[in-house]
Parts: sequence; C-alpha cells; structure tokens
Amino acid sequence: MIDHAASAPVVQLSGVSKSFRPTTPGSSVVQALSGIDLTIRKGEFVSFIGPSGCGKSTLLRVIGDLTPTTEGTVTVNGKPAERARRDRDYGMVFQAPVLFDWRSVQKNVELPLEITGVPAGERAARAKAMLDLVELADFTDHQPWQLSGGMQQRVAIARALALDPAILLMDEPFGALDEMTRERMNLELLRIWERTGTTVIFVTHSIPEAVFLSTRVVVMSARPGRITEIVDVDLPHRRDVETRELERYFELVTRVREALRRGEGNPGTAGQARVRAEGLSA
Amino acid sequence: MTDVAPAAQVLRGPSILDRVREWIPAAVLFVGILTAWELAVRVFSIQQFILPRPLAILDQWNLHGTELTAAASYTLVEVLMGLAIGVIGGLVVGVATARFAGFRDAIMPFAVAVNSIPIIAFAPVFNNLFGLDKPLSKAMVAAALCFFPVMINTVRGLLSAPAPAIELMRSYAAPDREIFLKVRVPAAVPYVFTALRVSATLATIGAVIGEYFGAPKISLGQYIVTYTSYLNFERAWAAIVYACAMGIGLYVLVVIAERVLAPWAADRSLSAG
Repeated sequence: MIDHAASAPVVQLSGVSKSFRPTTPGSSVVQALSGIDLTIRKGEFVSFIGPSGCGKSTLLRVIGDLTPTTEGTVTVNGKPAERARRDRDYGMVFQAPVLFDWRSVQKNVELPLEITGVPAGERAARAKAMLDLVELADFTDHQPWQLSGGMQQRVAIARALALDPAILLMDEPFGALDEMTRERMNLELLRIWERTGTTVIFVTHSIPEAVFLSTRVVVMSARPGRITEIVDVDLPHRRDVETRELERYFELVTRVREALRRGEGNPGTAGQARVRAEGLSA
Repeated sequence: MTDVAPAAQVLRGPSILDRVREWIPAAVLFVGILTAWELAVRVFSIQQFILPRPLAILDQWNLHGTELTAAASYTLVEVLMGLAIGVIGGLVVGVATARFAGFRDAIMPFAVAVNSIPIIAFAPVFNNLFGLDKPLSKAMVAAALCFFPVMINTVRGLLSAPAPAIELMRSYAAPDREIFLKVRVPAAVPYVFTALRVSATLATIGAVIGEYFGAPKISLGQYIVTYTSYLNFERAWAAIVYACAMGIGLYVLVVIAERVLAPWAADRSLSAG
C-alpha cells in the first residue's frame, strides 16, 4: 500500500471560496463554496460527497480551472491551476460521456492527442493502448452511439487518460448508469487507477460508491458549500466484490452517512437555498 | 468486460432490397393517384383548361420537349445562382453572428422576424432593382429566401454544442480555433443541412415566382404564364412538372450530400424532411 500521507501533494486548496452572482435582479449572491482547505497527495483516490447543491461539482471545476475562485488559491503540482490546465495536467470525465458522434470511438480517444499535436501514428497507437486498458480494443471502429452507456463512459475514461494526466477529475461519471453496470465500472476504475497510478478526484452522491473506491472521502454540506468531515478509508488497498461485504466497509458507510446527516443539521430555508444553488450549478 | 451493445447489431442498417421495399407503398400510391386522375378526367369529361389529363401532359414532352428543357435550364441557372448567393451569404453571416455575442443579440431577433415575413412579396421590387430581364433579379429572390434559414440554422448549430463538450475542450487547453473546428462546426453540420433542404425548395419557388412578374420568354415562369393565358393548360402543366422535378431533384441532391458528408445525422432526412 502506498503511504499517501508521505507522497507529494498534487492539489492544495487554501481558503477557497466561490460565490455566484445573482442571475435575476433581486435574488441574493449564492455562496457555493466557503473556506475550503484541502491537500490531495499523489496517487490518492479522493471522493467528494454531499447533498445536491453543496458545491462538490463546483469544487471539482475550481480544481480543474474550469471556473475561477472568488477567494483563495488552488495549487496543482506546485503551480496555479490555470498553468496546470495549460500544461494538460487534467483528464476530465463528466456524467454524460460527451463523445462526438462524428468521430469513431478511436478518433474520440485521439481528440486530446490531436489538440496537443501528437503525430498521427503515435496518436493511433496511444488511443489503441487506452482502449485496450478499458477493454474496448474490439470497438475502435464503432461509432459512439453504437455502444451501451457503460461502454461509452469507458471510452470517455480512455480519452481522459490519453494524455497521461497527473489528475483524473470525474464528475459523477457513473451517475447515469444502472446499479449493476455501475458496480462493474467501479471495479474497472479501481483496476485502471492501480495500473496508471493517477491521482483521482471523484464527485459522487452515492455513499457506497465513495467508500468502495476512495482512500479518503470528503464529506460536504450545503449553504454555503464547505467540508464538514474527511473520512479516511482504511479498507484493504486491493478491493474486489468481497470488499463490499466486509464489516469495516459497512462501518465506514455508516460513518459517511452520519457525517452527511450532521452536515444537513441546519433547519430553515435549506430546501430553498439548495434549489437556487442547483439551478446555478446545472 | 462483457456488457453487450444491442445497438451494434443495427450497425449495418437496412439492405438495398429493404430500402426498395420501403418505397413500394409510396410508389404504388403515386401511380394510383395518376391513374385515378387520368380516369376521372376521362369519365367526367373535365375540360383541359380545368384539369388536363396526365397522359396529355406527358405528351407535351414529346411535342415541345426541347423548348421545355431550354426553359427549365434557364430557370435552373437562376436557382443555382440564388442558392449559391443565399447559402454562402447565410453561412458567412451565420458564422460571424455566432462568433460575436454582441452582434448576435442585435441581429438574431431581426433575422427571426424577417424569416417569418413573406419575402416572396419583394419579387417585383427585385425585378426593378436587378433588371427585369436579368437572371440575377430572380436569383436574388431565391437568395433572399434561402439566406435567413441558412443563417439562423448556422447560428443555432454553432451554438448547439453542449456545455460539457466545451468544458472538455477547455480542460485540454484547446485554443478557440480548435473548439470551433472540432466541436462547433461538426455540431452545426446537421442544422445547416436542414436549412439546405428547405433552401433547395425555396430557391426553386423564388426563381419561378420571380419570373411570373417578368422575365425572358424562355424562362419556365414565363412559359407557364404564357400558356396559361392562351388557355393551353396541358403545355403550362408540362412546365409545372419541370419546376416540380427541379425542386425535388435539388432536395434529393442535398439529402445525398448529407448522407455522404454527415452520416451521423442523416438518418431521418427523407422521412422527416
């Protein structure tokens, strides 16, 4: 097992806040994130979990420099997030596969390599290797719409890994899949994580998924979005179907669930605020 | 992994024989209507200036084929000129409109409004403007009709790429030019083809109607006007059939081009037009 506490920090967030301007006159500024401090080390698998509107996707976007912070600093590989994005340190996977219908599966995976100017031969070889990694080597010439939802998401993962990114950012990547496919994709992702050694930051609203996959689970609460607790997942490093039956697994699931409930504790206009924040992050 | 893709089986699509079979009902209906028409005119002794028989119209092709083909060619040149001007203009202005948000806010409501007025009403004005006996005046009517659908659909298509697709490109630090060429343009292609299909029909209408208000005798529009006034409806109808064939032919060409250039989007084009 890698000692994550000792490995180099990859992502350092300090005092990160993010507020959205009111979209309609009269509505108030929405505080999406407030006072976030977090360090993620090389090779970690960190999940962000929390209720809708807690800013977990916003936090992911802030790390990936897809949205600017209002306050605080984001340091990735020792440089500002914007620089890290320009250096192509990120691989991004969304809830929707976002594959392009006008490209074959192979050409979809080649897209980031085209943008970075990798020569055609090398591009094809690299894309093939990535598709092999996600076990879709037989589908290189298919069109995206000919694949099932789980397969499409595997193509998206292959594409995200094509540039060998330091950090894989995943925004509820399996949220649209059925439970069976989702569990299989979880195992698949762990296998890929093990083989590539990439740092993974994973947004989910599934407690079992977060516990099963992660080395650490970051529990967030809404209004304003902040970290309420970080749960260290001390399950065996190598996880399989039986991990889900370990007593320790259930204890950790319960711990995360309780942390989530504590974060929800505030009474009052929580529902209203959540709807507003969701509207903005959508 | 073994999750199967049921869609993979539809990959090859229907065979040519299946395609032919698909068209049988339409073909039967078409022949049936022509037969019923022919019989109705004979049985009820309808005068030719009210409704000529299909076979009598077909006969005009034997009697005046050369003349009709010459008239159709003259009009076809106007249609193609108009399509070229309208489509290229629509594409250029559409790209510029999509590119500059300020320009877009100013021009889009105007474009949508103009698109819903009867532009064809300007046909006599265009005749004065660009020369009654010049093909350009009819081409400009056709161009004006095509311009707005092409422009509006170009803008909508270029802006149709979903937000995550743009975010994905940004996560690769892709320059704007790459986002435009690799995401926005391909996403716009099906929208543009939809506009082109409409334009193929509109350009034909524009040219023929433009000719009604004055054009050389050799044009299809004037041919129809002339023989209608002579009450020679069989001959007028023959010219109308030519105009119909032109519209349908151009439409089919656009559909074929779409299947070749944008196969990912072309599946519904003939049925849903």
